[in-house]
Amino acid sequence: MASLQTASGHPLDGTLAEWVWLLPLLPLLGALVNGALVLWPRLVGAPDASLETREAEVQRRLTGSRLLTTLVGPGVLLLAFGLALGLFATMRGADALTEPFIRSYGSWMPAGSLTIDWALQLDQLSMLMTLVITGVGFLIHVFSTGYMAADAGYARYFAYLNLFVAMMLVLVLGANYAVMFVGWEGVGLASYLLIGFWFSERANAEAGRKAFIVNRIGDFGLLVAMFLLFSTTGTLDFTGAHAGMAIATPAVLTAVALFLFLGCTGKSAQLPLYIWLPDAMAGPTPVSALIHAATMVTAGVYLVARAAPIFAGAPEVSLLIAVIGAVTALFAATIALRQWDIKKVLAYSTVSQLGYMFVGVGTGAYAAGVFHLVTHAFFKALLFLGAGAVIHAMHGAYHHAHDHTSDPQDLRNMGGLSRWMPLTSGAMWVATLAIAGVPPLAGFFSKDEILASTFARAHGSPLAEASLLGVSGSGLLYGVYAIGLVTALLTAIYMTRLMLLAFTGANRTGAPAAEALHEAPSVMTAPILVLALLTLIGGWLNLPAILPLGPAHLLGDWLEPVTGASTRVLAGEAHLDHGTEMALIGVAVAIAAVGIVIAFLRYRSPVRTASESAPELGIGALVHDAYRVDAGLDRLVVRPLGAFSASVLWKGLDQRLDRAFVSGGQALARAAGYAHDRLGEGDVGRFAWVITIGALALLAAFTVR
Amino acid sequence: MTDFAEPGALLGALLPEITLLLGTLILLLVGAWGGESSSPTRRSARFALGIVGVTAVAVVFAWLRGDGFTTDDRLTGDGFRWAIDLVLLLGTAGALAIFDTEQLRTRAYQAEIPVLMLLALSGMMIISASRDLMFTYIGLELMSIAVYVLAGANRSSARSAEASIKYFLLGAFASGFLLYGIALLYGAVGDTRLSALGAATPSAMYLVGVALLLVGFAFKVGAVPFHLWTPDVYDGAPSPITAFMAACVKASAFAMLLRVMAEGIGPAIVHWHPVVWWLAAITMVVGNVVALAQPNVKRMLAYSSIAHSGYLLVAVLAYSQEAAAAVVFYLLAYTLATIGAFAVLGIVSEGRETTVTIDDLSGLWHVRPGLAVALSVCLLAFFGFPIAGGAGFFAKWYVIQAALASHTPLTVLVVVLVLASVVSAGYYLTAISAMFNRPRPSQLPMPVQTPLLSGIVMVVAVVALLVLGVFPTPASRLAAAATLRAAPLATPVAGTMTVSAPTVAATEDAGSTP
Repeated sequence: MASLQTASGHPLDGTLAEWVWLLPLLPLLGALVNGALVLWPRLVGAPDASLETREAEVQRRLTGSRLLTTLVGPGVLLLAFGLALGLFATMRGADALTEPFIRSYGSWMPAGSLTIDWALQLDQLSMLMTLVITGVGFLIHVFSTGYMAADAGYARYFAYLNLFVAMMLVLVLGANYAVMFVGWEGVGLASYLLIGFWFSERANAEAGRKAFIVNRIGDFGLLVAMFLLFSTTGTLDFTGAHAGMAIATPAVLTAVALFLFLGCTGKSAQLPLYIWLPDAMAGPTPVSALIHAATMVTAGVYLVARAAPIFAGAPEVSLLIAVIGAVTALFAATIALRQWDIKKVLAYSTVSQLGYMFVGVGTGAYAAGVFHLVTHAFFKALLFLGAGAVIHAMHGAYHHAHDHTSDPQDLRNMGGLSRWMPLTSGAMWVATLAIAGVPPLAGFFSKDEILASTFARAHGSPLAEASLLGVSGSGLLYGVYAIGLVTALLTAIYMTRLMLLAFTGANRTGAPAAEALHEAPSVMTAPILVLALLTLIGGWLNLPAILPLGPAHLLGDWLEPVTGASTRVLAGEAHLDHGTEMALIGVAVAIAAVGIVIAFLRYRSPVRTASESAPELGIGALVHDAYRVDAGLDRLVVRPLGAFSASVLWKGLDQRLDRAFVSGGQALARAAGYAHDRLGEGDVGRFAWVITIGALALLAAFTVR
Repeated sequence: MTDFAEPGALLGALLPEITLLLGTLILLLVGAWGGESSSPTRRSARFALGIVGVTAVAVVFAWLRGDGFTTDDRLTGDGFRWAIDLVLLLGTAGALAIFDTEQLRTRAYQAEIPVLMLLALSGMMIISASRDLMFTYIGLELMSIAVYVLAGANRSSARSAEASIKYFLLGAFASGFLLYGIALLYGAVGDTRLSALGAATPSAMYLVGVALLLVGFAFKVGAVPFHLWTPDVYDGAPSPITAFMAACVKASAFAMLLRVMAEGIGPAIVHWHPVVWWLAAITMVVGNVVALAQPNVKRMLAYSSIAHSGYLLVAVLAYSQEAAAAVVFYLLAYTLATIGAFAVLGIVSEGRETTVTIDDLSGLWHVRPGLAVALSVCLLAFFGFPIAGGAGFFAKWYVIQAALASHTPLTVLVVVLVLASVVSAGYYLTAISAMFNRPRPSQLPMPVQTPLLSGIVMVVAVVALLVLGVFPTPASRLAAAATLRAAPLATPVAGTMTVSAPTVAATEDAGSTP
C-alpha cells in the first residue's frame, strides 16, 4: 500500500511530513537518556576508593542526574510538540489531503503472504491525536518537574513517562494494526510501570498488576480481531484491511467489530473491564492526568474512530458500543457521587466521560466523540493536575504537622483551600463548569454534540433500524440519550460537590497543618493555567452551526477525509431541525444548572473529617464501595481461581510433576554427565576406541541391510 | 559466470587466498625480525587483524565479480564460498582481538601465534573454495596442523599442552579415516572431483568410502560419538584459541560437510540420510543433556557447541538451497555469539590459571553490568531466545523452516531439536541467573577494565546479534544469495529424496537408481 501511494505521488511527499518518524523517536531517546541517568549514580566504580569520596561522587552524580532529567524529560516533549505543530501547519497548507501519508521504515514480519512493515501513517486523525499527546503531555511533564521534585525516583519517573509518550505516539501513528498493537502494549507497559511507581507499597504494585491483567482480556479481543482481519483481507494495513472488509460477509464484519470493541473496553475502562482504572490512581497524580485521563484511556475511542469503516459496516455493534458507553457513563457517575478520595472521584468521572465518548463514536458521530476526547483531555488533565497540586499541598501540610495518619487525598480533610490556593481553585472551577456542561466552555460543546447526534440518529438512520436483542435501535438510542442527560446531571452534582468540599467552607486540616498550606510553585500552576485557557476556548474547535459564535465544524471538517464517509453511512437520513436542536441545547444547559444548584443546596452543610466520620450504611455504603464489584469479583472469580490453582494445579499437579519430571531429569542429567565425564577422563586411547566403535557402527549402518 | 581458465580469472578467484598467504608470510618475517617493539606478539596480532581486513575486502571484491568456476570443476567461486569466507574472517578477527587482550594480561604467547591463526584461516578458505576432495584434504590438514599447535599455544600451561597433544593424536586418527575414505572413493570412481563423484553410480566401495568420509567429518564437527575430544581441548586451550576453534573450525567443517554432501555424495543419499539423521538426533540430545552437568563454563560451552553441531546437521539433512542459506545464517549468528561470549570470559577469568566456573560469574551484573549484559545476550543467542537473543532466534527458526519445508519433512527431528533446545535453557539460563540474581561474593576479584579491542568485539557482537534479531532480512537475503553453484541441492537426486528419513532403510532398491 505504502509503495503504491508513493508512486502516485502524495501532496505531502518531500515536505516536513517526511520527518514523522522523529515524533516517536524523540521521547524514546528521552526515555533512554533518562534511563541511563537512573543508572549513572549507581555505577560509581572503584570500590577500593574511600567511602567518603565514593559517597560524594554518588551525590554529585545524583545532582547532575536530576538537572539533566529536568532538561531532557520535558525537553524532548517540547521538541516533539514543536515538530507536531510544524507538521500540522504543513498539512493545513497542503491541498487535497484525502489519502493518508504513509511511510514504511523497513520490513518487520515478512512471513508467507503476511507482510508487516514498520510503517507510520500521518492523516488528520493521527495528527490531532499527536497534537493532544505532545501538547498536553508537555504541560504534564512540566508539572511533574515540580510534583516529583523531591522523589528519589525522579529520573526513573521521567524515563517511564517519556517511554509512555513514545509508545502512545506509535499507537496513533502506526499505519497498520500490528504497529498500533506495539504502541497499544507499550502504553500498557508504561502504565503498569507508573501505576506501580511506588512499588515498595504492596497495594500500588497490586494495582499495577491488576491494570495489566484486566487489560490482557481486552488485548485478547484485539488480537483475535487482528487474526480475523488478516485471514479475511490478507493484510493488516489500515487502508488495505478496511478496503478489504468492505466486501466481507456481515458475520465476519460483526465479529471483527465486536472483538475490536472488546479491546477498547479494556484499554478505555468500559463495562465490564473498567475495574482497573480506579485502582490505577495509585500512581503519581500527573500520571493519572496524562495516562489515565488525557491519552492512554482514550486509545479505545481512537481505535473505534480509526476503524470507523469496519464499525460503520456493523450497525448492531455500533449500537452496542453506544449502549455500553451510556450505561458505563451512568454507572460510574453514580459511584463518583459517593467517593471521598479526590482522585477516586476524578477516576470514576473519567470512566463516565469515556462512556460519553463511546456514545459518540458508537452512534457514528466520530468527530463528536473525538471532539469530546480532545476537550476532555484539556479539562480532565486540568482537574487531575489541580488535584495533584491540592494533594501536594495537603501532603506538605501534614508532613509539616508531623501528622502521618490523616489522608491527604480525602475530601473530608480539606475544606476552604481556595484561601491558600486561589489559582488552582479558580482553574479547577473553570474545568468543573466545563465538565458539567456550562456554555461556552469546551465540555459544553462536545457533550452537546454527542447528545444531539444521539437524538438525531434515533430516527431515520441505519442505527435506528438495527436492533439489539430484539429491542429496536430507535428505542435504544432514545434510552441512551436519556441516560446521557441523567449522567450530565450527576456529573454536575459530583463535580460541584468535589469543589465545594475541597475549596469552600471551613478548613478541616487542623491548625498545625493549615499554617503550612500554600499555593503550588509556579512550575506547577503554569501548566494548570494553560490548560484552563484551553478549557475556556477549546469549544471553538467544533462549534455547532446553529450558534453564531464563529466558524462551525472546524474539527468535523478536518476529520472529514478519515471518518466522514463512515459518519454518513451511520447517519443515513437522520437530521435535526433548528427548533429541536435549540431545544436540546436548552435542556442540556438547564440540566447542568440544576445539577450545580442541587450540589450547592446539598453540600453546603459542614462535614466531619475522615477520622471523625462514622462509616456509611445502607445504599450509601454500597455506592461508596463502587457497588462492591471488586469484592464480588474477588469472591466469585479471583479467590476460587486462586484456591483451585493452589490446591489442584500447584500442589496436586505441578509439584508432583516437578518432583517426578524435573528432579528425575536433573538426576538423569547428573548421571549422564557423570558417566560421560568418566568416559571422557583424559585417556586418549579410550577416545580412540570410542571413535573406532563409532566408525564401525557407521560402516555397519551403510553396508549391513 | 566466468571461467577461471580465462586469463587473469583464476588469479582473481584466488585473490583473497593469495592476499592472505602473502600477508601471513610478511607477518612471519615481521615476527622473526623481532624489532624494538616492547610487545611483538600484540603488534603481530594487530598486524594480523589488518591482513584479515584486507582479505575481507578482497573477498567482497571477488563476490561482486560474480560466479566463477574452473573448467575441470576443481575450484568454485559461488556465493556459498564467499559467504563462508566472510564468516570465517569475522570469527578470526574476533579471536585475534580476544588474543590481544589475553596477551596483554598473561604475556604467555609468542609472536608466531597470529601467524598460525592466519595459516589455519587460509586452510579453511581453501576448503570453502574446493570442489575436489584432494584440495579439501590439503586445506583441512593446513587448518588442522596449525590448530593442533595453537591448542598448545600457552607453553607454560600443562593443560594447554595436554589439549594440544590429545587433539593432535585424535585428529590424526580421524584424518586417517578421512583419507582412507577419499582413497576408496577414488578407487570406486577414478576421480576425486565432487562433480565426478556426484555423477557416479554408488558401488559397495563407494559406500564404504562415503562411510569413512563421514567419520572424518563427524570428528571435525564434533558430532556424537566422535566428539569426546571437544570438551578437553576447548577447556585446555587458551580462551582466544577456543573461540577460534569453536567459531571458525566449526564453520569451516560445516562448509566442507555441506558442500561434499550436496555436490559429491548425493548418489548415496539413501544410505547416509538415516545415518546422519541419527547422528544429528544423538548429538543434540547428548550435547545438551551433558552440558547441564558442567559447572565449568568453557566445558559447558564445549558441550553447547556439540549441541549446535546437532542443530546444524538438521539443516544439512534438509538438503535444499534454503537449508544452505540457513546454515550460513546460523554460522554467522553462532560466530558472533561465540566470539562475544569468549571476549567476556577472557575479561572475567582475569588473572587466574583455572578456568571460569558458573560460580565465578555470580553477581557480575552488580560489578560490571556491561559484561553481564553482553554475556547474557550471547548466551540467549545460543539458546535461540527471541529479541533478547537476537539473531540466535532466527538462526534456529530458519533451520526449522528449512527442515520442515524439505523434500522429506524432518518433523521428528525438528521435535527433537525443539525439545533439546528446551533442555539447553537449563544451563544457559543458570549462568544468566547467576550473573543477575546472586550477590557478588567478596572474595571474587573485580574484573579489569575492558581493553579496547575486546570491548569492540563485545559491542560489535552484541549489537550485530540484536540488530539481526529485529531486522534479520538483510543478512538472510545475503545468506540466500550464498547458494551452492552445483545443481543437486536445487533439484534433488531423482527418486532418492522422497523417502522419509527413518524408513529409508526399508527401500533397498532406491540407492541403485540415482
